[in-house]
Amino acid sequence: MINYIWAIIFILGLVIGIGNGRGEIISKALTTSASSTVEFIIKLTAMLCLWCGIMNIANKSGLSDKLSRILKPLLVRIFKNVKSPKLLDAIVMNITSNMLGLSNAATPFGLKAMEEMQKVNDKKDVATDDMALFLVLNGTCIQLIPTTIISIRASFNSKNPAEIIFPTIIATAVASIMGVIYCKILQKFF
Amino acid sequence: MGYFTGSITAIITVIILIYGFLKGVKVYDCFIEGVKDGLNISLKIFPYILAMIVAVTVFRESNAMAYLLYIINPFVKLIGLPVEVAPLVFIKPLSGSGALGVYSEILKSYGPDSYIGRVSSMIMGSTETIFYTLTVYFGSINIKKMRHTLWAALLADLTALIMSITICRLIFS
Repeated sequence: MINYIWAIIFILGLVIGIGNGRGEIISKALTTSASSTVEFIIKLTAMLCLWCGIMNIANKSGLSDKLSRILKPLLVRIFKNVKSPKLLDAIVMNITSNMLGLSNAATPFGLKAMEEMQKVNDKKDVATDDMALFLVLNGTCIQLIPTTIISIRASFNSKNPAEIIFPTIIATAVASIMGVIYCKILQKFF
Repeated sequence: MGYFTGSITAIITVIILIYGFLKGVKVYDCFIEGVKDGLNISLKIFPYILAMIVAVTVFRESNAMAYLLYIINPFVKLIGLPVEVAPLVFIKPLSGSGALGVYSEILKSYGPDSYIGRVSSMIMGSTETIFYTLTVYFGSINIKKMRHTLWAALLADLTALIMSITICRLIFS
């Protein structure tokens, strides 16, 4: 998919540009954008390292355990058919990891949760209500400290890179709640 | 309140540091370990960001972007989305790394502290690469009929999008 998108953007840009008589400008843009990206990535590396360092301390001090203890009772109530503790743990760990921005850790837990949900699924090729709900929640998951976004903002010299944290949390929280409601309504029609 | 939001980076850092220290975590070792992760992430995303920034810069400099924005302007106006952010909204559900590149290019062109920069930051933080996630997760257990999942996820994403625009307008202007 991304192969097509990238090719279309790039080719259209080049063709339209050359046709527009902007060939020289585009040639220059090609080289300068590549070199300015390297400058940007160096600044970004510094910011990412700083934030990853801080977040690693947070994770090692048991932040994810705390979070999962808060989330567990909530999630038990939302999902209909979560009886095995294995499944519940996988769901909780997936969402907790997502909240802490640990996407590498989140995916294995997520796949484990899907596998466990498939075990109690009667029709093996049709998604259950819980699967749909899980994926919608997964998609609207709040990231408490969006390290990459803050880092990118900082590398472009933002006066206050972290100012978007709270507004984003509010926007995502509303989307998560609405996501649950959408699921509960739509599941009756499909 | 202004002082608080301005100091948010320092405040988060000090809370995490003190908490970790009191919990008996080896804070220095942990920090170093995290920095190594940061280096790896940076190295991993660099090719994707470069590819996208180069393509989008050419697209913008050729005036193709201006044509595209002109065409889609009436549609995005409906939900109050600044048209300059529209490319990010279209690519975000499809590709995370692609979105990262487009997002960086938007900040580069309009600045991180502009309204456009802030809205796109919030959209980056609140929406998800739905198509990719659904493909991977359902694919892993051979589900063929995903029923309402895609619609609910898209609606939730749209909600996040509209909330981002609304909150951004309320808080930052």
